[in-house]
Amino acid sequence: MKSELVIDVRDLTKRFGNKTVVNQVAMQVRRGEIVGFLGPNGSGKTTSIRMMCGLLTANSGEGTVLGLDLMRDQLKIKREVGYMTQKFSFYDDLTIEENLAFVARLYKLKPLHTYVDKTLESLGLTSRRKQLAGSLSGGWKQRLALAACTMHKPKLLLLDEPTAGVDPKARREFWDEIHVLAAEGMTVLVSTHYMDEAERCHRISYIAYGNMLAQGTVEEVVASSGLHTLLVKGEDTDKVAHTLADHPDIDQVAPFGSTLHVVGPNEDKLKSAVDEICADYDLTVELGETTLEDVFIKFMSDSKDNMQ
Amino acid sequence: MTHFFSISRFYAMFLKEFIQAKRDRITFAMILGLPIIQLILFGYAINNDPHSLPTALVYTSNDPYTRAIVTALEVSDYYEFSHVGVSASEANDLMQKGEVSFIVTIPSDIATRIQRKDKPTLLVAADATDPAASSGAVSALKNLANEALARVNGEERAIALQRAQRLQIIVHRRYNPEGISQYNTVPGLLGVIMQITMVLMTALSLTRERERGTMENLLAMPANSAEIMLGKVTPYLCLGAVQMTIILGAGQLLFDVPFVGSLWLILFSTLIYVFSLVLLGYFFSTIAKSQMQAMQLMVLSLLPSILLSGFMFPFRGMPHWAQYIGECLPITHFIRIIRGVMLKGADLSQVGNELAILFVFVFVFSLMALSRSKRTLD
Repeated sequence: MKSELVIDVRDLTKRFGNKTVVNQVAMQVRRGEIVGFLGPNGSGKTTSIRMMCGLLTANSGEGTVLGLDLMRDQLKIKREVGYMTQKFSFYDDLTIEENLAFVARLYKLKPLHTYVDKTLESLGLTSRRKQLAGSLSGGWKQRLALAACTMHKPKLLLLDEPTAGVDPKARREFWDEIHVLAAEGMTVLVSTHYMDEAERCHRISYIAYGNMLAQGTVEEVVASSGLHTLLVKGEDTDKVAHTLADHPDIDQVAPFGSTLHVVGPNEDKLKSAVDEICADYDLTVELGETTLEDVFIKFMSDSKDNMQ
Repeated sequence: MTHFFSISRFYAMFLKEFIQAKRDRITFAMILGLPIIQLILFGYAINNDPHSLPTALVYTSNDPYTRAIVTALEVSDYYEFSHVGVSASEANDLMQKGEVSFIVTIPSDIATRIQRKDKPTLLVAADATDPAASSGAVSALKNLANEALARVNGEERAIALQRAQRLQIIVHRRYNPEGISQYNTVPGLLGVIMQITMVLMTALSLTRERERGTMENLLAMPANSAEIMLGKVTPYLCLGAVQMTIILGAGQLLFDVPFVGSLWLILFSTLIYVFSLVLLGYFFSTIAKSQMQAMQLMVLSLLPSILLSGFMFPFRGMPHWAQYIGECLPITHFIRIIRGVMLKGADLSQVGNELAILFVFVFVFSLMALSRSKRTLD
């Protein structure tokens, strides 16, 4: 099934000065997949994506994107992928229509007006086509950007934190759109901070401080972490929170309303520690489900911060 | 008391500005560099009473009087006889090209006239397109020639002065007989105004993309460096055409600046000139990290363009090192072309060299810009 790999890169390394931002990252993405790219700020997500769309040259590494050599065919890769930047980067002082026409001309899409009109129509912006892009709200800007970078029907779509600062409804609609595109055969790599968005991906990749830490489906990543979770409920949760957090067998304690989320690597040790501390208080302890967020927090505290 | 002036808040602000100013290296360099450049240019290069102006000497006879006058003129520092013994038509051609500022003609009958105690005459044609350049040299001429004649005859100085009354110098101020300085300024101004606007506009073009964050997107799309560069600079060629129409139109209407030569030659030269400017500006935008830095580079290039191009001060009157710098500026060559064509009616064969140099600038600036443009964000 090698031919179905849209992204297949190994040992991808990028240094800025003497700082290694991406360290020997490998990634494989199959055709039609939506892969979530997760990691803390400054972990190398944007740099990795930029290397894969030909915007940055890797210091070392090898592999193919859409069957094209990552190191030699940067220009061809640019033509074949769609890349949506983190910050809205179309022209505020051009109208919606002019922005689309600009992009269509750069990709030599013909007939130009058919493409532009169709895109305007699918966006529902036909009546506002003469409006300046800068006057659009955040959600609309993001939809415009998505439409613009998919207008040339790229086989691979790279999205860099596309939903940052967008309201939940617009986010939901955006993800519906992504799934429609994937169903049509487009492969999508999307970086995000949001756990609920990670759960809408077929697979996820977790990168921290330049190192790829985990890859797989959400269930696989959670299971491979070996973490167990207990839920502590009751009135007195705030009184035990500190004692719980200091216990060596407990990794994380996070309050969610009146419930404490207690996470540790060893199920038995975790249970006895919690029972012991909570014994003197009016609290109930039950088995909980480890979430992706718990796993990521563990990754982040485990990985050495080399961004200092 | 917090509403009154607080020293610590003032200090916080002061410190922040100071640190920011220190971090902006180019600005810092400009603050230190500009005064030094200005001092050197104004102090050494610029001369309102220019000396060593290139002159063509036309003479046919080889009598002692002629030789004496030639030697006397040569040792004076007002003239530098770059072309000696040329024919009258060659001399005219040289002046039209702007290679000489004066033509001194010694008539062949000067010896006979002096011996006959007739009034001897000396013809001087001055390129009066730049009145400032010619006036000092013209007024010095009479004394020089008289002293020369005096020495030939071995007479006393008193007698020489007597003779001075008799030596007639006929000065012919060509192209601008009334010495109207606008004739010289307006065509030059066209060059300067275009230098300011064209370089500024294009110097901002890439830095604006960078500051607005649109650069990343532009680079992610399949446009190559040459497409981006040419696409960004050519709109300004049209703008340049509009500017030229305004300036030349105003020059005619308001100042009656003569328009002797070919309009098409002017249009074509201006087009090439503007093209070289927009590419220079684009090159700046590939270096500058911010719009502020781009503006400073523009100012840095503007200063020598005004002072060393022959726009404000006579080019030939500057020391050689300043002339060399001047030769490296497109505006110097444009000013020669436009003054030559507009005021003296020079044709393509006479300004062809200068036009070729403008083409070289276009070529060099585009190579410089392209070598600095990146297709990636590395």
